[in-house]
Amino acid sequence: MRVSLTVNGRAREADDVWEGESLLYVLRERLGLPGSKNACEQGECGSCTVRLDDVPVCSCLVAAGQAEGREVVTVEGLAALAGRRAARGAPDGPDGPDGPDGQGGQGGQGGPGGPPGEGATRLSPVQQAFVDAGAVQCGFCTPGLLVAADEMLERNPAPTDADIREALSGNLCRCTGYEKIMDAVRLAAARQGEAVRPCP
Amino acid sequence: MDFLRPASWEEALAAKAAHPAAVPIAGGTDVMVEINFDHRRPEHLMDLNRIGELGEWEVGEESVRLGAAVPYTAIMEHLRGELPGLALASHTVASPQIRNRGGVGGNLGTASPAGDAHPALLAAGAEVEAGSVRGSRLIPIDAFYTGVKRNALAADELIRAVHIRKADGPQQYSKVGTRNAMVIAVCAFGLALHPASRTVRTGIGSAAPTPVRARTAEEFLNAALDEGGFWDNGRSITPSVAQRFAELCSAACNPVDDVRGTAGYRRHAVGVLARRTLAWTWESYRGTAAAEGGV
Ligand SMILES: Cc1cc2nc3c(=O)[nH]c(=O)nc-3n(C[C@H](O)[C@H](O)[C@H](O)COP(=O)(O)OP(=O)(O)OC[C@H]3O[C@@H](n4cnc5c(N)ncnc54)[C@H](O)[C@@H]3O)c2cc1C
Ligand code: FES
Ligand code: FES
Repeated sequence: MRVSLTVNGRAREADDVWEGESLLYVLRERLGLPGSKNACEQGECGSCTVRLDDVPVCSCLVAAGQAEGREVVTVEGLAALAGRRAARGAPDGPDGPDGPDGQGGQGGQGGPGGPPGEGATRLSPVQQAFVDAGAVQCGFCTPGLLVAADEMLERNPAPTDADIREALSGNLCRCTGYEKIMDAVRLAAARQGEAVRPCP
Repeated sequence: MDFLRPASWEEALAAKAAHPAAVPIAGGTDVMVEINFDHRRPEHLMDLNRIGELGEWEVGEESVRLGAAVPYTAIMEHLRGELPGLALASHTVASPQIRNRGGVGGNLGTASPAGDAHPALLAAGAEVEAGSVRGSRLIPIDAFYTGVKRNALAADELIRAVHIRKADGPQQYSKVGTRNAMVIAVCAFGLALHPASRTVRTGIGSAAPTPVRARTAEEFLNAALDEGGFWDNGRSITPSVAQRFAELCSAACNPVDDVRGTAGYRRHAVGVLARRTLAWTWESYRGTAAAEGGV
């Protein structure tokens, strides 16, 4: 079957989709967006986390056909999403990239669009915080953690440690022991707060 | 495989009548695991996400009509006051990502003895609204679970909503597992005080082939509370009554040994949970009763 959906702000179509296929498979294998990772395929690890109509979900547990006509944001679209929030004056700070949606990841995948869009080299504030805090080791869990952390910070700009742990409780990491990940999210929250505060 | 996409409840019933073996998929958090691992290859997969009413709820006089596909997250956020036991149970399910998709209709469809909604529904009192092209009926929750992962639905029926009695007193839900998130219950216990009818109801999870109520324990406790005038005098429940209640809850279990725990451990733990949830809810009842000048 054919599935039409919006991914990172761009209308996309996937053909020859098997009816039992997951959204994760469509994203990775049919739309050239391998950022969302396939680790467990049973909802346990969160490395496939994407936003489906804004809501964080395990894309391995969404049937492809259920995503028909809906909006998906993957890790490849986080920089553009942050840019859009910044443009709206939401907490992301003035540095947020503001390229058109989806240019980042999809251009960067060597799709037919030629050179990677500007967004491909820019990171969202949460991504930058993960780099700066050293929260990435093998990196397999990182895309899912980024999508989950980004969504939490959008909802809850000043999270407590308990809030962070709760929001990330569906994301497993085998490498870091989580402390650096906590540091990264605290850093992203602090920077977000600074960016918002100094406008009296 | 065919992917059916009914846009309304009536269309869904017609599709289910035409293809009784079609597998409905709501949040997909049970169905997709089975498909991903090739444990299930249905000829028809039927998406329920397009039927908007299944994601809605209505708070009535006596009960809440909860659409079959309302996700756990919404129950936690919006129905904590009306359905405190179910909201607590919802919060123990898996992770935010799973709670954003999974809901009570799917939990009832799977009817796993470990499903977290079940003890809360049994304790609160609920009816499952099932529909088919033949009509609709309300199945009392006590009659819904018919065996291990089996329920009372006919092949052409779908769950439209669950009618859950609104809390008229404190409710609790407690679950034993190896960690806080992402854990299938070793055993679980739900308890609801119903001061209006002066009764206590229970629900036990993961400690019998189906979710069950501890009926003998409920009867014992109802009689003991009545005899001692506890509902009126608001005294603390005596340790011997709590102890006997816990023993009877343990006795209501019919557990198995498995990777998550032994039968003996489950029986013991259910007793502990029963005693604790009784203490928590009763102390909370005494507090509110005192505040209202009732005792
Ligand atoms: C990682 C992980 C952790 C989990 N942890 C828990 C946990 O802690 N506690 C817990 O209770 N569960 C847990 N589950 C199981 C699952 O999330 C729940 O059972 C959930 O309630 C299922 O809801 P759903 O909407 O996703 O169901 P689906 O997967 O869409 O459906 C489940 C079943 O119900 C049927 N069905 C769905 N809707 C209807 C309807 N309206 N009418 C008739 N039949 C219907 C389906 O055909 C299927 O057989 C977990 C699952 C995963 C993947
Ligand atoms: S791959 Fe989806 S949760 Fe692990
Ligand atoms: S960095 Fe390797 S799994 Fe998290």
